[in-house]
Amino acid sequence: MIATVRPFDLEPDGVQPPYDFPAYTSTQKRAPKRAPIHVAHSLSEITGPSFGANWSEPIASDLTHQGKGEPLGERIIVEGRVIDGDGRPLRGTLLELWQANAAGRYVHKRDQHDAPLDPNFLGAGHAITDDDGGFRFLTIKPGAYPWRNSHNAWRPAHIHFSVFGAGFASRLITQMYFPGDPLLALDPIYNSIPDAGARERLISRYDPELSQAEYALGYRFDIVLRGPRSTPLENRT
Amino acid sequence: MIPSSSQTVGPFFKYALERPTWSDLTTDGARGERVRIAGRVLDGDGAPVPDALLEVWQANADGKYAHEADTQDKPGDPNFRGFGRACVDDDGRYAFTTVVPGSVPDASGAPQAPHVNVSIFARGLLRRLVTRVYFDDREDENARDGVLRSIADASARASLVAAREDATGELPTYRFNIILQGENETAFLDV
Repeated sequence: MIATVRPFDLEPDGVQPPYDFPAYTSTQKRAPKRAPIHVAHSLSEITGPSFGANWSEPIASDLTHQGKGEPLGERIIVEGRVIDGDGRPLRGTLLELWQANAAGRYVHKRDQHDAPLDPNFLGAGHAITDDDGGFRFLTIKPGAYPWRNSHNAWRPAHIHFSVFGAGFASRLITQMYFPGDPLLALDPIYNSIPDAGARERLISRYDPELSQAEYALGYRFDIVLRGPRSTPLENRT
Repeated sequence: MIPSSSQTVGPFFKYALERPTWSDLTTDGARGERVRIAGRVLDGDGAPVPDALLEVWQANADGKYAHEADTQDKPGDPNFRGFGRACVDDDGRYAFTTVVPGSVPDASGAPQAPHVNVSIFARGLLRRLVTRVYFDDREDENARDGVLRSIADASARASLVAAREDATGELPTYRFNIILQGENETAFLDV
């Protein structure tokens, strides 16, 4: 018996950044020069790891209580959903996030930025999405930090997200940004995404309804992943 | 709805994403021949990439994926999840311990040669790279594989075929280097 394969959605042009983007200096020696070879989806691409049922580690969705005391910085709630192109929730998928502390410093041995580490902030967490594809993290707002891409370059404040979704073809690592950040216009990583609408969907939305009075500011951030195509189309070959 | 855009994993992910037990896919006692898949990640100057994250996804020894969408009439393996992750070391080296996967059908139902699907994330990669590891002792199956056959350039095709090394007292190792750029660039796939 041959299993039926429903290929995943195609992505419109302009949504994904190119590999070669000279303004982001690190692409220059790492971006492949040859075009990737198209693969028609088989079981290899439409299946992927599942985590919900056998996840054995404690969930770490509160990044503000990982040390002995509370971290410094502006407390924020980040809430959202992981859904596919048809709006179907991706339940039970692993979502990992990591970020700099309020001063713009990562807990990583190679981060040499002259800003203080916060002994009460590790800056890494993960969750499994609920039945509605939902997730909620309590953390602190990360600071901007300098990087050596060009003279006096600063990354806008961001939180890294890693998410799996329905299959190998939907695997995504991205970054969440904050509304109104003046560094976005100057950032080559953000601006590597050709389509302006696609770029803006990586900016979280301040939501006063999500904010918790006297405690934390609320930001919404939804992640849309490729999923099985709803209408049968020719597989691109 | 349009899928979210990718952004680079950046240089500072190891403390958050490294899960050391995930580089061995066989700890629960999977069926099949245990092997290592190991190699280095190199940039366009041939220099090691010290900050890459690799993930593998593969079928079990009978050619079935541990996923609900795989409805093939083949035995599952409750002791094999099929997913692995490894961070490279300062010399760009990585290693997975796994089992050789069985064959799974391609989009038209024809058998594919046994392969392991690979994702590569790194600073300087705005989106992941995808490739496949094939096995050099499966010559006949490789010769018929649809993806390998679609790669016109012989050296690019050869870049996906890992060479087996047998050493006494050690697991057989399939050597698979990932060259991001340049003359010997690995063939990458658009999935």
